Amino acid sequence: MIRFSQVCKRYPGGHEALQDVSFEVAKGEMVYLTGHSGAGKSTLLKLIAAIERPTSGSVLVDGHNIRAIKREAIPALRRNIGLVFQDHKLLFDRNAFDNVLLPLQIAGFDHREAARRVRAALDKVGLLQSEKANPIALSGGEQQRLCIARAIVNRPDILLADEPTGNLDAEYSSEIMNIFKSFHQAGTTLLISTHDQHTLQEFPARILRLKQGRLQETSAHEERPC
Amino acid sequence: MLTRMFEHLRVMRATLRHLLSTPGSSLLNLLIIGIALSLPVGAYVLLKSVQQLAGRMVETPQISVFLEGDRSDGQLHELQSRLERHAGIARVEFVPRDAALKQLQGNSGIADMIADLPQNPLPDTFIVHPKATDSSTMESLRKELQSWKQFDHVQLDSDWVRKLEALLGLGRLATAILAALLSLALVAITFNTIRLQILTRREEIEVSKLIGASDSFIRRPFLYFGLMQGLAGGLIAWLLVSASLWLLNGSLQELTRLYASDFRLHALSLPDSLALLAFSAYLGWLGAWFSVSQHLWRIEPR
Repeated sequence: MIRFSQVCKRYPGGHEALQDVSFEVAKGEMVYLTGHSGAGKSTLLKLIAAIERPTSGSVLVDGHNIRAIKREAIPALRRNIGLVFQDHKLLFDRNAFDNVLLPLQIAGFDHREAARRVRAALDKVGLLQSEKANPIALSGGEQQRLCIARAIVNRPDILLADEPTGNLDAEYSSEIMNIFKSFHQAGTTLLISTHDQHTLQEFPARILRLKQGRLQETSAHEERPC
Repeated sequence: MLTRMFEHLRVMRATLRHLLSTPGSSLLNLLIIGIALSLPVGAYVLLKSVQQLAGRMVETPQISVFLEGDRSDGQLHELQSRLERHAGIARVEFVPRDAALKQLQGNSGIADMIADLPQNPLPDTFIVHPKATDSSTMESLRKELQSWKQFDHVQLDSDWVRKLEALLGLGRLATAILAALLSLALVAITFNTIRLQILTRREEIEVSKLIGASDSFIRRPFLYFGLMQGLAGGLIAWLLVSASLWLLNGSLQELTRLYASDFRLHALSLPDSLALLAFSAYLGWLGAWFSVSQHLWRIEPR
């Protein structure tokens, strides 16, 4: 589903965010991306969503070559990728329901089908009773769950989460990880960046460890089936 | 197909809500656009009315030949047949002075004045219809007739109409220039409004791009906004011009009655009204399009 081969990403100014990164994530797999802040986790996720392009090497996502992808082809790629952000990126000019509705409007769903799907997604993250609320009135954990609902409402094959539990306490973290786990069981390919050791231990899965832009060898004892 | 139509309807509704959510600034913008458009439209209506008046008079270009003093019937007859034999003349009409006076008496405004006169001040007149009606041929014919010693005064009746025509041409050009400049202003106003909107909705645009919105999806609400703002501005211009015409015609009626004329300013016709609305909507769309293609590509998610 996702394949990196000898990927380098150098930003203007010379900073090398990623160097010679190669790995593969199979369809339906759940993989953690870990490392200190500044190790290149966000850059790696941005390459998958075509927010950035690699300086060299190749990034293949769902059959698209990110290095050569045409501008017009990016929307279709992103519709198949659910993005969960650490800062949520919710829109405060509309209620929770309309925030989750946005991806379906973009994809051109008819109104009734869209409303049905939005409620299903809100139900899955336990926010059905808050559909009329403005996201600004929700707690940090609820905002994160709303962001997840928006990411999965279009039923993407790939879900990328950038530090989804970064600002949350342990109880909320487990709640959110349980939601991710249920998507994994439903066959979604998941790539979750985190530096939260607690999460890594509580919900074990394969780990990609980045250090100063390079991928460390994944040690065998960490590689346990989920 | 149906879904696409619903999508457009949804965007249109959302745009309308957006316009109404800031009624103060929206109304000011619309007023500026409306006033800017009403100037050339008003000038156009004015020109059109005057042109219609002139058009009615220039229908039959003719030369009036005035004869002073009394002539015998024989003399008159001879002059008429001489004129009729002239190669450049198609037809000659004789208007005796008494008939001319009667015609004037029928004219309400001047009848009272004429009644006070001791004698008929009008001369006998030949009205000459030339074969060719272009101005240079008519002018040379006038000069030729003027050189006949039997005629006292020869006048080109279409002379003032031609001068008016030239003036109207000038007016039309001035109106066209005004219209072009103010259209440009309309495009600029929309450009700026949309630029501000793009800035305030930056976050929404970024998020939309992140979750797979195409460029056309992101452009659509802004283009609709420009279109609807232009349309509403055109509507305001229409209302302004119509109200002004109504007011002007009220006072004009008083004036034209004194001159015994039925001159009035014509209201905007249906095709003209529709053209105005379509044009202003198009200009709004154009301004939005320029703005969107200038500013939207700069907003890329980081």
